[in-house]
Amino acid sequence: MSNQIIQGILLGGYYALIACGLSFMFSVMRIINLAHGSLAVFAAFALWWLAARFHISPFVGLLIVLPLMAAIGWVLQRFLLERSARGGALLPILTTFGLAIVIDNLLFEQFGADTRSLAPYIGSLSYDSWEWPGSIYVGKLAVIMFASAVILLGGLQLFLTHTRLGRSIRATSEDPDTAGLVGVDARRANAIAASIAMVTVGLAGAFLGMRSTFDPYAGAPQLLFAFEAAVIGGAGSLWGTLIGGIVLALAQTLGAQVHPQGFLIGGHVAFLIVLFIRLSTSGLGLRGLQRLPTRKPT
Amino acid sequence: MSLLSVENLVVRHGLLQAVRGVSFTIERGETLALVGANGAGKTTLLRAIAGAHHPAAGRVLLSGADLSNVPSHRRVGMGIALVPEGRKLFVQMTVEENLLLGKTAGRPGDWSVDKVLEMFPNLKPRRHAKTGHLSGGEQQATAIGRALMSNPDVLLLDEVSLGLSPLIVDRVYAALQGLIASGTTIILVEQDLNRALAVSDRVICMLEGRVALEGPSKAVSREDVTKAYFGLHRKSPGSVPA
Amino acid sequence: MSAVSTSPVIERGTATSRIAAIAVAVIIALLAVAPHFLSAGAVDRITALFIYVILAAMWNALAGFGGLVSVGQQVFFGLGAYFAIRLADAGINPFLALFTSGIIVGAVSWPLSLFMLRLRNGEFAIGMWVIAALTHLLVNLDRLVQGETGTSLISLNVYDAGARRAAIYWLALASMTALLAILFGLLRGSTGAAIRAIRDNEDAAASVGVRVTGTKRLLFVLAAFGIGIAGALWLATSITFQPKTYFNVQWTAYMIFMVLVGGIGTFEGAILGALVFFLIETWFGGIGVWYLVGLGATAVLFSLFLPRGLWGTIEERFGLRLLPVGYRVRFPAAADGDAMPSPPQATPYREKA
Repeated sequence: MSNQIIQGILLGGYYALIACGLSFMFSVMRIINLAHGSLAVFAAFALWWLAARFHISPFVGLLIVLPLMAAIGWVLQRFLLERSARGGALLPILTTFGLAIVIDNLLFEQFGADTRSLAPYIGSLSYDSWEWPGSIYVGKLAVIMFASAVILLGGLQLFLTHTRLGRSIRATSEDPDTAGLVGVDARRANAIAASIAMVTVGLAGAFLGMRSTFDPYAGAPQLLFAFEAAVIGGAGSLWGTLIGGIVLALAQTLGAQVHPQGFLIGGHVAFLIVLFIRLSTSGLGLRGLQRLPTRKPT
Repeated sequence: MSLLSVENLVVRHGLLQAVRGVSFTIERGETLALVGANGAGKTTLLRAIAGAHHPAAGRVLLSGADLSNVPSHRRVGMGIALVPEGRKLFVQMTVEENLLLGKTAGRPGDWSVDKVLEMFPNLKPRRHAKTGHLSGGEQQATAIGRALMSNPDVLLLDEVSLGLSPLIVDRVYAALQGLIASGTTIILVEQDLNRALAVSDRVICMLEGRVALEGPSKAVSREDVTKAYFGLHRKSPGSVPA
Repeated sequence: MSAVSTSPVIERGTATSRIAAIAVAVIIALLAVAPHFLSAGAVDRITALFIYVILAAMWNALAGFGGLVSVGQQVFFGLGAYFAIRLADAGINPFLALFTSGIIVGAVSWPLSLFMLRLRNGEFAIGMWVIAALTHLLVNLDRLVQGETGTSLISLNVYDAGARRAAIYWLALASMTALLAILFGLLRGSTGAAIRAIRDNEDAAASVGVRVTGTKRLLFVLAAFGIGIAGALWLATSITFQPKTYFNVQWTAYMIFMVLVGGIGTFEGAILGALVFFLIETWFGGIGVWYLVGLGATAVLFSLFLPRGLWGTIEERFGLRLLPVGYRVRFPAAADGDAMPSPPQATPYREKA
């Protein structure tokens, strides 16, 4: 049992990775990007294509794919999100949903219905494990994934609170008009934030491909996982996302124990319970999802 | 050449014309007071100069350069800083972070966090407090400090005394006197006519989006300004204002 | 000039709208007798069109009028089909089961609304998707459904194929007409004013005493009921029930496409959008994936460049209104030299809809 709990916690690292871009983008631009999961799957396919076609290791492939994702984030913000956000809060939902359909089906067009995986291209890493005291075996990949999530979340937190660019992004998220009046280029800050979010999506896509299989329509469940982890995590800190990811993964693990088909059900149910508790205690909406980390007052 | 000139500026909010053809200039080192009733268009005028509103007609020139297509954040880089009405601080961020944001435009100059804290000593113990938790006076000091951090050529102050106790207002104006003495160019909107006349070189009174009166602060009388303020300077009611 | 002739006239209909009302009656009558003249294939296709119109109108009621964009409306589509299967399995006449199923879906949506309507915008959109995903998984657990293998509405097979086809056609036509009539009645009645107020500005509506949540809940339940009926009808036309097909997010994608293209927040727009979608599907549905890419891309382009959709744009351009759900104020042209203030000649019509 303790073995499964540890596996669950480590899987939570993946959910935190995929969730942090979604909640980051939402807290800066107030947009929930429904193409989030599809873009992660796109990144996974890009890495798979580089590996299968040119024998580029997925880890080296990231050097190509992550900058590509950053560029996609920039373009996405400048040409799609910025324009549709001007039409109100509902329009970006429709725009990004349409985009998700386009991406999913283009991937299907290009790569067909077969499920793929990056596991064959990362050597023994996909199955190697360390033995921990108490004869617990933990997969090396799972540990790397978890560590990446911690480093990414910590790095993002430091970036937002301790750099000039991070301050500009936080100011823009709080009040874009006033940000402009103090000299911050709000459009640029948003585009950079979107780029950063897409880099995290690219990384999540890489781990998605390494730890399991994926197909062109795998984006929707990834979006739901990301959303659930972000909402469960709530609170104004990026670390909340990590906790949200772990809770989601543990609930899924528990669900799988209860019933052979209970893995996904467990996650969804946990999400709804947390949502229910939060809504009945706080009243309106999920304010927690909207806040960027702040520096602790001293 | 004037430091800042406004030429036939017209600004609309939808169908409402808030500013209807305003022109004036301001020289380097001058202090200009804008007075007028609520809704006369003062705030809109300042925000249009800072680039937060797009004029429907007319233009704003800084040292002769047309600012028409310059977005607000680049105007900060060119030397225009606005202390907005209602202060508009980033309440989730600390005093220091708000001040540092003022440096984003990267204009050279000697304003720093320490210098601002020296000017407003009451901010010193609150340096790492979130601005949402500050008193009104501390918030106003932070807002002015944030604008100064961009080392502006022209400082636009919108109702800095609004909502503050008289004692705090005195303190804010004492700090402003220091700025004026150091030669900073200032346009300020102020409801308190005595204060506006005392601190400025020149005064403009706005009425319904137009300039109703303009003159040196020393030369105009309170009565003149009051008349302009209420529109009593018009020859007869119903005639077209000049 | 007497004061009477210069005071504005409040109108509900226009000459165009009266003609349109007669045209609607004629079209429904023609559609009702159509199965006698059409081929079996054509009857099936037009039945599908009716279902699309229901889907579009119901999604539009929720998003266009209630301001609630949901990406999880497939939950009601799937449940509509699932409850019909369950009811028919319990021995209820299959045709009666279709209708009862819709009512059950509506009833289920009520407690759901208490919870979901507290979410806003994107949170509501994906939250509904989670509900749909969870419901799909739970339905899979039902032994009767046998997981993704699915099952069939076998009790329909006792009817003769021709009679069955016509009966489903008429049921679909009747359901569509009734649901559109309910929606039209809602929008024209006192609730309609509340709905339009919420559509235009939710906070302002709440501040003048409009019952925002109650009105939204009404739309949510109506949409659930309508989409449940649509799911049950779809089951009747295709007989087989595979959860994956019915709980597919594709259904919501279709709804969004139809409403975005037709004109979000306009009564006629959803119908037009369904018609456009039906024609596109008929012509291009065979080309597979590129057809879906095209649908997604069209939705993106409409949301970016023509967010009011085809009908919204036509309405704005020509002041055309076929099925008026609002009021219009007509100012008679003022007489020459009249001292009375007269509104600008250029805008003789002020529409409040």
